[in-house]
Amino acid sequence: MIESLINDERAELTQAVKKAAPVVLSTRIRLARNLVGQPFPERADVLQRRDVLTRCADQLSALPQMNKGSFFDIADLSTLEKQVLVERHLISRELCDGEAGTGVYINKGQTCSVMINEEDHLRIQFLKAGFNLKSVWKLIDAFDSELEKTIDVAFSEDFGYLTACPTNLGTGLRASVMMHLPGLVISGQMERVIRAVSQLGITVRGLFGEGSDASGHIFQISNQQTLGESESEILESLANVLKTVIDHELNARFKYLEESRAKLLDQIGRAFGVLKNTHVIASDEALNLLSFIRLAVDFGMLPEANRADVDRLVIESQPGHVQYAAQEGIAPEARDIARADKLRQEFSNLPALAFDKLQEQE
Amino acid sequence: MAENLKCSICDQEATVHLTQIVNNKIHKVDLCESCAQKKGVTDPEGFSLADLMSKTPLTPVSGEAQLVCQSCGQESADFRRTGRLGCSACYEVFRSLVFPVLEDMHAGTAHQGKVPTDALSRQSSQMQLKNLMDSLARAVAEEAYEDAAKFRDQIKVIKETEELEVSPK
Repeated sequence: MIESLINDERAELTQAVKKAAPVVLSTRIRLARNLVGQPFPERADVLQRRDVLTRCADQLSALPQMNKGSFFDIADLSTLEKQVLVERHLISRELCDGEAGTGVYINKGQTCSVMINEEDHLRIQFLKAGFNLKSVWKLIDAFDSELEKTIDVAFSEDFGYLTACPTNLGTGLRASVMMHLPGLVISGQMERVIRAVSQLGITVRGLFGEGSDASGHIFQISNQQTLGESESEILESLANVLKTVIDHELNARFKYLEESRAKLLDQIGRAFGVLKNTHVIASDEALNLLSFIRLAVDFGMLPEANRADVDRLVIESQPGHVQYAAQEGIAPEARDIARADKLRQEFSNLPALAFDKLQEQE
Repeated sequence: MAENLKCSICDQEATVHLTQIVNNKIHKVDLCESCAQKKGVTDPEGFSLADLMSKTPLTPVSGEAQLVCQSCGQESADFRRTGRLGCSACYEVFRSLVFPVLEDMHAGTAHQGKVPTDALSRQSSQMQLKNLMDSLARAVAEEAYEDAAKFRDQIKVIKETEELEVSPK
């Protein structure tokens, strides 16, 4: 059912050639919204959920932003298809486990997805490659205002947008920025960063695994609080924290380069060598090695355009994507072989590492 | 092992230990493998400790009257168990229970953000319309025809403005 999404040549996260940036992979904002006079999904029965699903899907299909978009009833998707959508951040795990009457609307280009009957009636999400809090907010704000013209949203003057869980009350806004932080991880500073930002109401979690040694050195940083501040205040304080994290990351990379130049070059060189020649590789190892290739692009050792290839391979190396590409159910060992084949083939198209072009970062 | 911590949900041996600081308060939770899985702790997409904290049972106050939401049937005990509300009307019904939770959880307890002006004005005009319809019916029943004419005119005005808003330019 999801072939068109997977083969889309203009999907934001996998084909973001021009927008990929150092340190920040992508920016996402989601809004939680509910309908007036309907029990929240967890409390609703199947008929009520189906009713909300049909009504919302109808209204969504009328929006210009959803032109040529696709709607999926979760019950119609296979376990593997659901996993692929989760790996692309288009749906949540919670939606996959949902009972009957849940669905998702995804726009063309996969920058917007609206989950229906997840924890709330509507979970609207907009996503862009790179560090783009302001522009993503503009998009989602406009979309939400458009939707509100036809859907009666649950809102109170005191508490703002009403949500199933009080953690999302008020703005219903959660902004998450995906960051590539090898410098902080290698220099052992990640633990400290996590502690420092959590005091500011901001959460850090590893994208692949918890804690400060998440594989791929990729972390998702997001606001925790949704009530008591306006959307712009929330986004501004998050942006300020992120800018500080970016500075620390660049400093850590510079310091590592200065103090352990040969070691860094060796790690990048070995990562490239393994990825180019591997025949069996697990996803954790692939992610960790791809992290060094992204670093190589940031240091000027590979063309800028290849950064987007690395970001795409991070997604395509995940178990669901590897299995989906193989077209049939394959055992974990065969999956590691298929992943290696894919990486080897992709890396044979990359130019050699230009060690002499290593740019010293400011 | 020096001490075996127990899972805060099911009393099994805890193997997952989490600490998070929210509003300068330290929250600690210990969970067993299966509860951690259930609570989405292992799901990097959906997990936050504040969420979890709010989902763990809040101690019930003894002798407290059970509140019930007339719209969806949720009871105070449901909120204490799940930390979630059943429908939008629940926020008024369980206000006294929700409010203290919000103080711990958020930067403030009053909404400062976006207001869905379109949806609200539509809802209030619907409400007005309904009230006027009721008044009209009553006036007709009471044979108060002057009043009835007044209500009918007001209804007409609201319906006309609505049509203007709904119809494309």
